[in-house]
Amino acid sequence: MTPASPLLSWVTFAPLAVALVLTAAESAARLLGKRLPAELWRGAALAAALLTFLLSLGLWYGFDPAKSGYQFVEYKPWLAQYGIHWFVGIDGISLLLLLLTTFLMPVVLLASWNDTERSPRSWVFFMLALETGMLGTFAALNVFQFYLFWELMLIPMYFIIGVWGGARRVYAAVKFFLFTMFGSLLMLVAILVLYVLHHQQFGIWTFDLVSGPGSVVQGLLETKVPTSGIWWQTQTWLFAAFFLAFGVKVPLFPFHTWLPDAHVEAPTAGSVILAGVLLKMGTYGFVRFALPLFPVAAVEFTPLVFGLALAGILYGALVAMVQKDVKKLVAYSSVAHLGFVMLGMFALNPIGLEGSILQMVNHGISTGALFILVGMLYERRHTREIAAFGGIAKPMPVFAALFGITVMSSVGLPLLNGFVGEFLILLGAFEQAPGVTVAASSGVVLAAVYLLWMYRRVFFGPVENPENRGLIDLGLREKAVLVAMIVPMFWIGIYPETFLRRLHPPVLDLLHVMEAKAGTLTGPAAERAHAQLASALESGAAQ
Amino acid sequence: MVEKAVALSALLFVLGALGALTRRNLIVMLMSIELMLNAVNLALVAFSRQWGDLSGHIFVLMVIVVAAAEVAVGLGIVISLFRNRESVNVEDVSLLKW
Amino acid sequence: MVEATAYPLLRWIVLLPLLAAAVHGVSLAVLRRPLGRAATIALSVGAPALSFFIAFLALLKLVALPAEQRVLGDLLFTWIGAGSFSADAAFLFDPLSAVMTLVVTGVGTLIHVYSVGYMDDDHREDRGFERFFCYLNLFLFSMLVLVLGDNLVLMFLGWEGVGLCSYLLIGFWFSDRWNAYCGSKAFIVNRVGDFGFLLGIFLLFWSLAEMDAATVNFRELAEALPRIAEQSVTLPGWLGFLPGAPTWKLTTLIGLCFFLGAVGKSAQIPLYIWLPDAMAGPTPVSALIHAATMVTAGVYMVCRLEFLYALAPGASAVIAWTGALTALFAATIAIAQTDIKKVLAYSTVSQLGYMFLAAGCAGYEAAIFHLVTHAFFKALLFLGSGAVILAMHHEQDIDKMGGLRAQIPWTHRWFLIGVLAIAGFPWMSGFFSKDEILLTAYLAHEIPGHQALYGIALATAGITAFYMFRLHFRTFLGESRVPVEQRSHLHEPVQWILAPLAVLGVLSIFGGFLGPAAALNPVPGVDPAHSNSLANFLGSVLHGAHHEVSFATERWLAVSSVAVAGAGVLLAAWLYLWNPGLPARIRASLGGLHRWVANKYYVDEAYDAALVRPLVSLSENVLYRGIDVGLIDGAANGSARFVRAFASDVLRHFQSGLTQAYLFLMVLGTLAIASYLVAG
Repeated sequence: MTPASPLLSWVTFAPLAVALVLTAAESAARLLGKRLPAELWRGAALAAALLTFLLSLGLWYGFDPAKSGYQFVEYKPWLAQYGIHWFVGIDGISLLLLLLTTFLMPVVLLASWNDTERSPRSWVFFMLALETGMLGTFAALNVFQFYLFWELMLIPMYFIIGVWGGARRVYAAVKFFLFTMFGSLLMLVAILVLYVLHHQQFGIWTFDLVSGPGSVVQGLLETKVPTSGIWWQTQTWLFAAFFLAFGVKVPLFPFHTWLPDAHVEAPTAGSVILAGVLLKMGTYGFVRFALPLFPVAAVEFTPLVFGLALAGILYGALVAMVQKDVKKLVAYSSVAHLGFVMLGMFALNPIGLEGSILQMVNHGISTGALFILVGMLYERRHTREIAAFGGIAKPMPVFAALFGITVMSSVGLPLLNGFVGEFLILLGAFEQAPGVTVAASSGVVLAAVYLLWMYRRVFFGPVENPENRGLIDLGLREKAVLVAMIVPMFWIGIYPETFLRRLHPPVLDLLHVMEAKAGTLTGPAAERAHAQLASALESGAAQ
Repeated sequence: MVEKAVALSALLFVLGALGALTRRNLIVMLMSIELMLNAVNLALVAFSRQWGDLSGHIFVLMVIVVAAAEVAVGLGIVISLFRNRESVNVEDVSLLKW
Repeated sequence: MVEATAYPLLRWIVLLPLLAAAVHGVSLAVLRRPLGRAATIALSVGAPALSFFIAFLALLKLVALPAEQRVLGDLLFTWIGAGSFSADAAFLFDPLSAVMTLVVTGVGTLIHVYSVGYMDDDHREDRGFERFFCYLNLFLFSMLVLVLGDNLVLMFLGWEGVGLCSYLLIGFWFSDRWNAYCGSKAFIVNRVGDFGFLLGIFLLFWSLAEMDAATVNFRELAEALPRIAEQSVTLPGWLGFLPGAPTWKLTTLIGLCFFLGAVGKSAQIPLYIWLPDAMAGPTPVSALIHAATMVTAGVYMVCRLEFLYALAPGASAVIAWTGALTALFAATIAIAQTDIKKVLAYSTVSQLGYMFLAAGCAGYEAAIFHLVTHAFFKALLFLGSGAVILAMHHEQDIDKMGGLRAQIPWTHRWFLIGVLAIAGFPWMSGFFSKDEILLTAYLAHEIPGHQALYGIALATAGITAFYMFRLHFRTFLGESRVPVEQRSHLHEPVQWILAPLAVLGVLSIFGGFLGPAAALNPVPGVDPAHSNSLANFLGSVLHGAHHEVSFATERWLAVSSVAVAGAGVLLAAWLYLWNPGLPARIRASLGGLHRWVANKYYVDEAYDAALVRPLVSLSENVLYRGIDVGLIDGAANGSARFVRAFASDVLRHFQSGLTQAYLFLMVLGTLAIASYLVAG
């Protein structure tokens, strides 16, 4: 682990720090009887987001892609007697997701510049707080700290949806909050059980996932979680608790119904962040915690996950096909896309895992861009009904072209990012479950069906509705935002090595850890898991 | 000897509790609560004599003071209630219901 | 495996059209300033022409190498690498891809030239001139990646790319809802085929991975494939009705998966339905994409994977039969069509069937030969029909044409050459290639029922001649049925249009001499071993089956095919030239049968009723309203409602506001604790 450079903490707290500074400045101004202009808040937020992005680029360049293990590790005792520390570090997986977050934030702030006329200062504050929450979750290596930031993210999101959202915003916000909280509470119980088990086995109280730098104290990852015995201590139930928490967030069918409501009612910025980053929290949680902590249970759960993922892929696509609201259609497409991610992840081989993680990033960009585009439509016509549009490509050709590229990225056309992820996922999953993969591949056809149907209804055909005739095409700000989103689509599609390279070591590490842990346990399930993981590692040796 | 005192104390306590639970007049309720407190006092004195420990007596003095304060405040509330509602019936002051 | 000679110019064949498309894209979408007509023409015609030139140079380089070493390569970078999987962005130029590249860039350049004239004629306010060439160049890029890619995944990139460009170009005039629908239909039906392609890749990769030879690179595959030649798969129980079940050869399964992709891309039964509707696009698009290049990608793919199909006789049989049946089926539909482009579309489906018939019978060289000649004459026919359509002011119904020979003589002449070529007039290009195919079918002993295949192919040749000449007679000869107002507008098209027609016409006449069979060679004194030069050239890559056959048999076969075609021509002449009233009477008497054929056997309607509508209905009613809204949301909202009801109906009564009730509860609680302490 590289010596402590506090860059990671700076990246994490920069947004919140700026938000607090702004709040202080505003309070001071109010005491003097004045108010800071909203433009100042917005501009400062954008600057903060850009600054965070630049700092994270520093993380990117300082990151050594060939090394395994965590880099930019920082370790500060916090409540040391309970084993709670400020323990952060990144590997390839968290690096990619971190960058996705810091990249999306300035884009989102720029895209929704004119969106919030009401209480813009609060909105800016919540967005910046949300960014810190997200970054903290990705960087955390102490399980308690992870849980803290995980829950912390819910509050700004609740307000963003509930205050600045659409007609049914309160219902959507409460639903989002309750669904997520329900799963998270079970996860908390599981974390505490693990905490106690660890103490029983090693005599120390710690929430650290792995050993801190220069320390011999074993992290939670070393805990031997039995496969049989007292039921609430076994791998199966602990994994199930984590599974519920992360599964709601992903969202895995059938826990997905909070997603359409939350996405539709949230303001554009909220939807983009929700789809772009928050959904990845669930999948990231699986990869970082659930899989390595409970490998045997993970293997045991694989058929169930495959089934649910397949259901999500097909169900999401079919339900998307019959939606009349374009934002809801995109929301259901998220369910389908994340189904693919889970499919690749539980293939538990290098190809599937790398495809899965890359697809997390891809989905963030593609679906994020789709929400931004839909938001631009809404800004002009204040409706999201597909039937209200038609023939828009005539008055808005540039918009149509950029929307078309984004749709193709979502469909998974080669040369764009979606294909690389989907291909690797299906290829990896095929090794484990050919039948499921064959069925999931039909999702490829279905994606084309509903996305092209939507595109045709909105952009092609004659301009029947007179309100559509006078639509203004994209302005400079909007074009900048979209180009910023489209460049990565091409980059990942044409030269994914940049990103895949940084995924090789952490994915192999993950599989090694899982295999080793499965090897230390006894019982038929453990042996099955060990065999499967060992063979995945063998056949997955890079050429 | 102490058994008889404790028995009397229990009897008084139960009478007081019954009164607090069943009587509708607020002043009578307050008197019943006073009765409960005094029953406790009696028990305390009895045990103090039994074990030869003065703490019982001292505590009784405390209870008497607290009871007096409580009656003062309680009667103040009852008078305020009566001035506003023209009633000292406990069933008429059920505003804190859902 | 022979080392490929590095040839860095190869990448420019692919990249030049891409750059042209990118320049157009940037100028249209970002700068919002069109390049202007001259610059567009220079860029968009120059790029494919330059690609053709470089391809030609590469060909010269290739031919200079000895036959076993004829492979040029160009590696750009590693495209996708994860675990044991790796796919490079690298190009492969061997005889097969050389032929394809030259056809694509050559015919492509000619069609780009033609498009200048064609799109100029458009009288809409936004002619989309530049946008058209942007898409056309993007298409060329994708097609070239397809034929030059050195591995399956890169080929798939090109495969999907041509599907995208097909979508964009079919729905080019998107203000018309029908065009947009046809574009979507093409893309989606293609995607069904792509699903098969992907499955083939997965199966192939993992089967080879078990043998420690996991790869998707073509040349490595050719070497590694024999390792799984004897493996078999057990089909799941519910597939027990398939022939040969439950145990199939692994190679057969893989071959069928890939063939599904070919069926989609090359419009064979049952996925041909997109091609006739694709005629909604501008005619140059139909010529380039739906005649000469994109639809032939399936044939190319089967030939590229010949090392696989050589080990999968079951799959090859399926390919041969599918091709033959499609050829016949499409030909019968073409008889009753009245839209000039629809006739040609069904003709394309039919001719593609011929190519697959040859490929299935292991006559890969014959398939490619026909691919080349078909590119020539079908492009010629489509471009010619485009000239007719322009002259007729975008009227495409042949019932409203007739006697056009007088007004557009040169168009007529070149069109006639195309018709003669496709009918198989002796010593024109179609004659040689079609006879190769018939010969292959005749000799293919390994395919069950190959004599029937030959019979079907022969009969289709006759039907082809019939409907092509029917088209020709109705359009150009006989009485003029053109509405009076339009007659004065009929004129010969501009040189931009006529010149490509001429070039393609010459190629249609003499193109057959690329690979004439020795037996049919009319030029005496030529060494037979060198006379079939195309087959020889391809022989180092395509190892088709070679059967011994006497020259006499070959000549007899040729004679019979010419005779059958001739019969078709005579029938067409009799019906449409000498007895013009007869067809109408026959149509009236056949009534229902004619309607059924003219409406393409109602296949589209059948698909709609059996697949599309039920699926949409299922999604709307069962999945969305039933499960999502009703079940899951219902459960979530229901649990919230339950909590609320519990609180308001049950828990509320604990908060009665009655002091004595509270007191009572306190006493109870205290008693409980006290008894617990005393007892416990």
